[in-house]
Amino acid sequence: MTQTTAHHHAPPQGFLRTHVFSLDHKVIGKQYLDLALVAVCTGMVLSWLMRFHLAWPETPIPGLGRVSPTGAAGGVITPEYYLALMTMHGTLMVFFVLTTAPFAGFGNYFLPIQVGAEDMAFPRINMTSFWVTLVAFLVLVAAFFVGDGPPLSGWTAYAPLSAVGKDAGPGQGVGQTLWAVSITLFCVAQLLGALNFITTTLDLRTKGMSLARMPYSTWAWFITSVIGLIAFAVLMPACILLILDRVAGTSFFIPAGLVISDRLQPHSGGSPLLWQHLFWFFGHPEVYIAILPGFGIISHILPVFARKPLLGPRVLITCLVAIAFLSYTVWGHHMFLSGMNPFSATLFSVPTLIITIPATIVTLLWIGTIYGARLRFTTPALFCLGFVSVFVSGGISGFFLAQPSIDTYLHGTYFVVGHFHFVMGVAAMFGIFAGTYFWAPKMFGRLMSETLGKWHFWLTFIGVYCVFMPMHYLGLAGNVRRYSAFTDDYLKPMIPLHRFITIAALFTGAAQLIFLFNLVRTRLRGPKAPDNPWEATTLEWSTTSPPPFDNFGGRPPVVHHGPNEYGGNSAAGDYVMQASPDSAGVA
Amino acid sequence: MGKLFAVVVVLITLVSAAIFASHIWWLPVDISAHGPAIDRQLSETMVTSGALFVLSQLALAVFAWRYGDRRDGRKVTAFPGGVTPMVVLAVVLVGAEILALTFVGSKVWAGIYQAPPDPNSLQIDVQAEQFAFYFRYPGADGRFGSVHPERIDEASGNFFGLDPANDTTARDDIVVPTLGIPVNRPVLLTLRAKDVNHAFYVPELRIQQDFVPGLVIPLHFTATDTGKHEIVCTQLCGLGHYNMRAYVEVMSQPQFDQWLKERAAEQ
Amino acid sequence: MSRTTTQPSPPQPARTGIWIAIGTICMSFAALTSAMVVRQSGAPDWRHFQLPSLLYVNTVVLLASSGTLEWSRRRIAAIPGGPGSLVPPLQGLFGLYITLALGLLFVTGQVIAWRQLAAQGLFLATAPSSAFFYVFTALHGVHVVGGLGGLVYVLSRLRPTASPGRPAPLGAAALYWHFMDGLWLYLLVILATRV
Repeated sequence: MTQTTAHHHAPPQGFLRTHVFSLDHKVIGKQYLDLALVAVCTGMVLSWLMRFHLAWPETPIPGLGRVSPTGAAGGVITPEYYLALMTMHGTLMVFFVLTTAPFAGFGNYFLPIQVGAEDMAFPRINMTSFWVTLVAFLVLVAAFFVGDGPPLSGWTAYAPLSAVGKDAGPGQGVGQTLWAVSITLFCVAQLLGALNFITTTLDLRTKGMSLARMPYSTWAWFITSVIGLIAFAVLMPACILLILDRVAGTSFFIPAGLVISDRLQPHSGGSPLLWQHLFWFFGHPEVYIAILPGFGIISHILPVFARKPLLGPRVLITCLVAIAFLSYTVWGHHMFLSGMNPFSATLFSVPTLIITIPATIVTLLWIGTIYGARLRFTTPALFCLGFVSVFVSGGISGFFLAQPSIDTYLHGTYFVVGHFHFVMGVAAMFGIFAGTYFWAPKMFGRLMSETLGKWHFWLTFIGVYCVFMPMHYLGLAGNVRRYSAFTDDYLKPMIPLHRFITIAALFTGAAQLIFLFNLVRTRLRGPKAPDNPWEATTLEWSTTSPPPFDNFGGRPPVVHHGPNEYGGNSAAGDYVMQASPDSAGVA
Repeated sequence: MGKLFAVVVVLITLVSAAIFASHIWWLPVDISAHGPAIDRQLSETMVTSGALFVLSQLALAVFAWRYGDRRDGRKVTAFPGGVTPMVVLAVVLVGAEILALTFVGSKVWAGIYQAPPDPNSLQIDVQAEQFAFYFRYPGADGRFGSVHPERIDEASGNFFGLDPANDTTARDDIVVPTLGIPVNRPVLLTLRAKDVNHAFYVPELRIQQDFVPGLVIPLHFTATDTGKHEIVCTQLCGLGHYNMRAYVEVMSQPQFDQWLKERAAEQ
Repeated sequence: MSRTTTQPSPPQPARTGIWIAIGTICMSFAALTSAMVVRQSGAPDWRHFQLPSLLYVNTVVLLASSGTLEWSRRRIAAIPGGPGSLVPPLQGLFGLYITLALGLLFVTGQVIAWRQLAAQGLFLATAPSSAFFYVFTALHGVHVVGGLGGLVYVLSRLRPTASPGRPAPLGAAALYWHFMDGLWLYLLVILATRV
């Protein structure tokens, strides 16, 4: 495909244009990553507060009373404040970390380079996407400082709790409206982003870069964009309807006859289940948006450190497409017990279980890639291997929840919390870590410390198992989730296990400081990185570290090979770069 | 490093699996008629996914141990059979397991949620509100009075918004905060929500169902052993969600009759 | 296997982008349509009302604007230098201005139709039928305004003073505008039959 020649932009002038309001996809990608970093640190601190409260509900947390006099008078978190922290934790993590970092962050930085383009198809729309995302983030965080605080209805914001306004409780006033506005803006930004990703992939590939030769990370970002295009397009009108119910007196989601805080609500005819359907029609594809880039990143990085080709790349891509398609058919598995027709539960459980098949295949492809390899155990490689382990753990618990008869017991328990944290909070995070360690030399032109990286990996890998595996045990014992305290008779015996989880969580959280320190120190004064420190084949390694403003110094690369040529004999060694003119492939 | 990874993965796998198998934390004893079928489904799933879990983690560990780069010039080798065994394994093994579980599981599910209630069920109306459950028995006339949300008055205990002055069927309704039921007798609950979403969950009864504002949702089961157990809310409903609980007391039929008579007298 | 032959014509990112945007906008309106169907069938409080007849006049205006746009697009595409040429035909540009005016007329007409409904006492919160009416027409209107912005941008790129090397995405803007027509016709049908 020839790159359209009309797509040039001159190098940026001035500080603002270069570093702040930049049209350069690389700067925008880093801005997204930095935003995600702020969001993940915030989200993690919230989780520490939550876990501390669950373990020691009466113990004051030093300093918290001053930060939040109403939510934590004397440093002890109130039930409503706990739920507000939980809501903001979920919202920040799902939207501003798991959708932003692996997709908007790395995707923006590397997709154009990996297809050999100078930039995204629409740089100004790209810049707009970032700034709208940032505004969405600020609107969300503002909920901490207005009215009576952030909403407490969870990141899922079920109506009518989220729709009736402040009668429903603290945080359900302005805070909830800000939440809905933030998410609406976020949807718009992501839709614009997806537009850019898809157009760039289809139209701006350099000469010789056929779809079949695209790196697997590019494929994953492309497929994720398509999922997002449909998913965010549904969440946005849903949030608009929610806002209207809250401020304009409509009744999309609120039925008649509700008595809340002794007041008969002036609404009628709406359907709470309608919100659930709309939300989960977005919500399930959303979790695949969170993990699919991770699949792509792992598939991209594993062969580099295995020094052998990824097993079955065409099967991998087919499975990613299958997962993307199936992700739209399963949303009702979040609603087995919701009051919808019970027969639908069986209908939804079938595709939910079927998704296991492509997910199993891709896992086996990774394991099969490691077979017979010559593994180099660098930090990114360790996170790839760790990804496989934690994804297996998280995926398997899904097998239980996919069956309505078992979900009868496990729904709403910590089993679910363990499941989604393994796949999203751990596996997807490992994908982000792998990507960061792998691409840091290219993005920052500096090498991260391998020693610190390995410490980070080991403490995190062991830590996350200590935090999230026990949650499955709690769930099997019937421990209900989203409780700010365990006052029920049957829950009191679980508190020691909760304390174990809390201590593990605080330790694992502390271990992330190693990563933060490594990252900051690298960006400020890490050792200079060569162009291709990992001896990898894809186009980002054909250019300098970091790349020039137009990625390839005005000379678009010509691609002669696929991304998978590792493990043979060539002039360069045991790999052939995509842009190498050597006609010899890998034996 | 590869060997360390392998050892850590094996340890984690064995310890996790052992804790699952040991049932240190496990489901409470089941006291419902449909419970054994659920427990069987769960055990079957636990065994097969446990096997899948252990085997995949072990494969990962073994390969990480064996296939480190020893700088000996060894060439990399492809997985024997390439991609085909992976696809076959996933489609055939996982597919077969899915088919089996769905076939059996859908019948278990249908038996609880799709089957019509026993015509001789004891009917009890349940209302969930922020942050309590209330239970209503139809009384001697066997009929429930109609509910009027605008008449709900917490202070006087008119939780359901009954109108006994104008509605004769409502006069003998018995409203209590505890769910008393006779053992071995089918019970049909009708769930209604006063304000927001709630849920009804009794782990020992292996039963769970959301309350949805605007809907009246039936839920039926039969308790097979006496005892007192907690009913907890599992659908986030506000700040008191963690504390929203009631008790179900399963009694012998004579004890239940006595209990209901006493409650009726207290109305 | 990979193909090394180049495409006969270079890809046009603007057009690809618009097709993607069309897909996503359709999805949003599909979600709202299903919300409307669920809401209407779920409760007896729908409250049917008569659509203001002005809407049909507005429809004609919108369709006419598509006509003038298409006429301009072909005129401009037919000139030797292509759309990137610095000298587009006067009639082509004139046609674009007419399109813009008709588009503004449409939006104004929609606002007046809203006023007419409000005069009948039908507001956003009055009934679910009116709520969906306002939501659908407002969302469509917002996207039409976006299309107007696109047309203004295209006009700015067609003027002789525009910098060379960047063709005006006239084809893409036209595609989007025609889609707004199609979307409006769809909305008219579902609103007329349900509201």
